[in-house]
Amino acid sequence: MITKDYIIRAPEGIHARPAAALVKLTRQFKAVIHLQKGEKKAPLNSLLNLLSVGAKGGDTITLFIEGEEESSAADALDQFFNDLKE
Amino acid sequence: MTMMNIANNLQGMGVSPGIAIGRACVIRQAQAGITGETLADEAAVAGEIAHFHDAVGRSIRELRVLMAGAETAVADILEVQVELLQDPMWEGEVLSKIEADKKNAGDAVLEVTRALMNTFGSMEDEYLRARAADIEDIGKRVMRHLRNENGGMAGGGAMPVGGGGRGSEGDGANAVDDSDTILVATDLSPSDLIALDISRVVGFATRAGGKTSHASIVARLRGIAAVAGCGEGLDAIADGDMMVLDGTTGILLVNPAPEVVEQYVEKRKEQLATTRFLQSLKSKEAITTDGTAVHLSANIGSIEDMEQALEYGAQGVGLLRTELLFMQSNSLPTEEEQFIFYKNILVRAAGRPVTIRTLDIGGDKALPYLPLPKEDNPFLGYRAIRISLDRKDLFLVQLKAILRASVFGECRILLPMIGSVQELRQAKTLMAEAKEELTRQQLPYDADIRTGIMIEVPSAAIMADQLAKEADFFSIGTNDLCQYTLAVDRMNEKIKALYNPFHPAVLRLIRSVIEQGFLHHIPVEMCGELAGDPEATLLLLGMGLRDFSMNAPSIPVVKNIILQTNMTVARAVCTKEMNNIV
Repeated sequence: MITKDYIIRAPEGIHARPAAALVKLTRQFKAVIHLQKGEKKAPLNSLLNLLSVGAKGGDTITLFIEGEEESSAADALDQFFNDLKE
Repeated sequence: MTMMNIANNLQGMGVSPGIAIGRACVIRQAQAGITGETLADEAAVAGEIAHFHDAVGRSIRELRVLMAGAETAVADILEVQVELLQDPMWEGEVLSKIEADKKNAGDAVLEVTRALMNTFGSMEDEYLRARAADIEDIGKRVMRHLRNENGGMAGGGAMPVGGGGRGSEGDGANAVDDSDTILVATDLSPSDLIALDISRVVGFATRAGGKTSHASIVARLRGIAAVAGCGEGLDAIADGDMMVLDGTTGILLVNPAPEVVEQYVEKRKEQLATTRFLQSLKSKEAITTDGTAVHLSANIGSIEDMEQALEYGAQGVGLLRTELLFMQSNSLPTEEEQFIFYKNILVRAAGRPVTIRTLDIGGDKALPYLPLPKEDNPFLGYRAIRISLDRKDLFLVQLKAILRASVFGECRILLPMIGSVQELRQAKTLMAEAKEELTRQQLPYDADIRTGIMIEVPSAAIMADQLAKEADFFSIGTNDLCQYTLAVDRMNEKIKALYNPFHPAVLRLIRSVIEQGFLHHIPVEMCGELAGDPEATLLLLGMGLRDFSMNAPSIPVVKNIILQTNMTVARAVCTKEMNNIV
């Protein structure tokens, strides 16, 4: 399992389009990916679950990536969070 | 058109600025109901599941068609809906209702969407709350396909609203155009907004909704005035009613008197002219004709103010008042609460400098949970930095919160009411203590954060040469500086006329502070009311001030003056004003 922490730099947080894009990206991988903020943890294949975590700008979130292709999934997600600014 | 035009005034929330005058077009939405029919056998279950998948598939294809023709912001909304339609959580719940509870697909979809709408509708975050409308929208779309209705919303033929095509060109600012339409609805879903031909729509009035509902977002995007949350009063409006809507104040007038309509036509004309002018200045830099660049920032107290500041083209925040945060709480805001507030502002400022002023209470501003003894002379009493240096516990919490937030942007600290070098030194000692604590807790902060002082007490203005050696910057607060220098309480009706920030005594202090800053190589800024006073712009420019911070709406006004002047003129104005005899 790979775990990684990110600070959300987009002021709006993971909202709307970035959230939809993140879920779409996650679906491309066989690995099971979870996102956690504080007490809330949700599987990343569901937009409803992701939105209900409510990750806002400045929040720290943790990703848990487990299973097949986990390192390539981690790279893709790393790219995603680095690009997520505004 | 109805024969009886009942006049009525409603108050909602202004969600998209502007004045709209037009005829009402009421949109009524049919409500689907639960049928309660259950499925007889496994074959029926399999049939309903296939039926459901088919309806979802068709809904997605339909959304993709709509997306292709939509503008980016609307396409973004639809993209989210496509994603929701494919959501395993929603799909799983619908399927379980069909398989386990033997419900028909329509009932299952209705129940699941209603439950999700309730969950999202009661969330704290405004954005997430507004997602209830997306869920409702996809529910309706899938329901329509389950019933095999192709409706008028399948892309293509958009439904026109209101009168015929656009009449004479121009924005119709000068008269009431009878084909101008104001949409009246409970709420407007993205599908409604795309399906309706809104080229004749000048305003939205919705019963529900808020700033982040779709109708509001689309309204702001297209520059359509909108009022949300109008409540039940909206139900009495009939098609064709004359309506006036003010998207700034949230006022909604139904069938107003012709004179009132005339007044609003005038108001609309003025607003349009002003808006155009302001927009034309927004991205312009404030530079005089002879090349002197001036930095224009905003004074803010909340995240909403921050949004407004950016809209008016502020280059930063010259003064973030922290009092509002304290005054809106029922108890002392914790370090965490303060940290989140400061951080959100810094994140939103996106690299623009933000100057956070530590708590400035006392005087005329008190906190319900921090009772201060009644004083004979509150403005000469226990207030601002004097409280902070006395209640070190409160001050340390605030300093730590600011320091923690400082890694999220370009952050500076500003100390109010400093009257001596000693006070500045004491504050800096506490700052070092706050930093040490954070280091111990292994929490990140900007170790090089700059600490400046307000120059608002005459003693500080007079001793600016000494203070400049230990402060990282000055920010002149003209309101207090003026009242302390002239010994005039500006709240006192009888002597209000004596309150004059253009008094040469005040001006001399200001000029001397600017000079001392220059001599000691520290920035001097002004965040008092004088900075936003268009009558003072040339004078201050002539004195050498280059950093002005004011309420956001004043920025374009001051910028306009700077753009049209040069330093020769500014210096001449300054010389003249400094030598006035009062």
